[in-house]
Amino acid sequence: MPHDHHDHLSPSGHPYRQDNDGPLSYWQTMEIAVRELMIEKGEVSAAEVSAQIDAMDARTPANGARVVARAWSDPEFKARLLANGSDAAREMGFDIGPMHLVAVENTEDTHNLIVCTLCSCYPRNLLGLPPDWYKTREYRSRAVKEPRKVLSEFGLDLPENTTLRVHDSTADMRYIVLPARPKGTDSMDSDALAALVTRDSMIGVGLPKSPA
Amino acid sequence: MDSHDFALWEKRVDALMILGAARGHFTVDGLRRALEDMGEDAFEKMTYYERWIAAINQNLIEAGVYSLEELGSKMAEVEARGETYGAAQ
Amino acid sequence: MNLTPGTRVRIRAWSPPGHIRTPNYLRGRTGIIERALGPFENPEQRAYALPAPKRELYRVRFSMAEIWGSDAERPEDTLDAEVYAHWLEEA
Repeated sequence: MPHDHHDHLSPSGHPYRQDNDGPLSYWQTMEIAVRELMIEKGEVSAAEVSAQIDAMDARTPANGARVVARAWSDPEFKARLLANGSDAAREMGFDIGPMHLVAVENTEDTHNLIVCTLCSCYPRNLLGLPPDWYKTREYRSRAVKEPRKVLSEFGLDLPENTTLRVHDSTADMRYIVLPARPKGTDSMDSDALAALVTRDSMIGVGLPKSPA
Repeated sequence: MDSHDFALWEKRVDALMILGAARGHFTVDGLRRALEDMGEDAFEKMTYYERWIAAINQNLIEAGVYSLEELGSKMAEVEARGETYGAAQ
Repeated sequence: MNLTPGTRVRIRAWSPPGHIRTPNYLRGRTGIIERALGPFENPEQRAYALPAPKRELYRVRFSMAEIWGSDAERPEDTLDAEVYAHWLEEA
């Protein structure tokens, strides 16, 4: 098997962890065995596995940021995004598979926060894989019970008169927060706007960056 | 609190999840059911992708894609290839 | 059951074992329909690779006060979750 991804840099520019040289674990052994059995049975090919990993690496929060930036600058697109998030993402050319996307809008008096209390549902087809903290039992339980405290720990202190809406991804929908457009960005184009949109702002644990 | 870059074996688990579901051998709900059936202990002792490969395997066995005999034999063969993931992959 | 936005519903307080997508913390609680999402295959069947007839799925909105009582951080904050029709009864 070629070391197909071994020497590449990740999207963040860091080398992948050098765990290929650590002692082989039971579960790694199982992964190799399951993959090879699937290939031997004709269920998948090695090329399909590699292609899937490439597709996964190509999905980053930058995709979601482009959707948000477009919604900020195109009111009709924003209306379509809020009405049907999946169709709006596809309209921009993102291959989101069968994902059902719901966009929830932050306004002057409303803030939205996304969680999956039952497992780790996340709009991965648009934002890539979820951050580790999103998958922890701590975040999953506290985001519904004491979300303001959680936000505060992320550095976001919500005013008392802001309504917080928490969204638990319990079934077939996946959620993305449409953050409020930062002030002082009137003259910025889509690319410049997208650069302000952070992953955390699309989960609701942060806000977009302010223009420099 | 921030994300790390995933290891190759973890990405492969993710790929097998997508591809196995696309082949109709299991659903996300079937995987979640297997994860839940592992109990609290698994959440303490196993990593995220360790739990997922266990769930994928459970569903593939149930779907009859391969047998435990085939799995056991293959895992022994893989282990015999070397001491590291890089050597065995 | 065809529920329109604004309808008051109670989540059934059932507790069978198995794979269920209705979180424990919402069972027995009352909320309002935020929107209807359409029919989706019942995950309680899908989890066991059984035929899974479609069930209507709804987004239900609860006040934090309804869920957590006096422990709520801010009673008027809300929580939305997706719940299948067979877990809902009109309240």
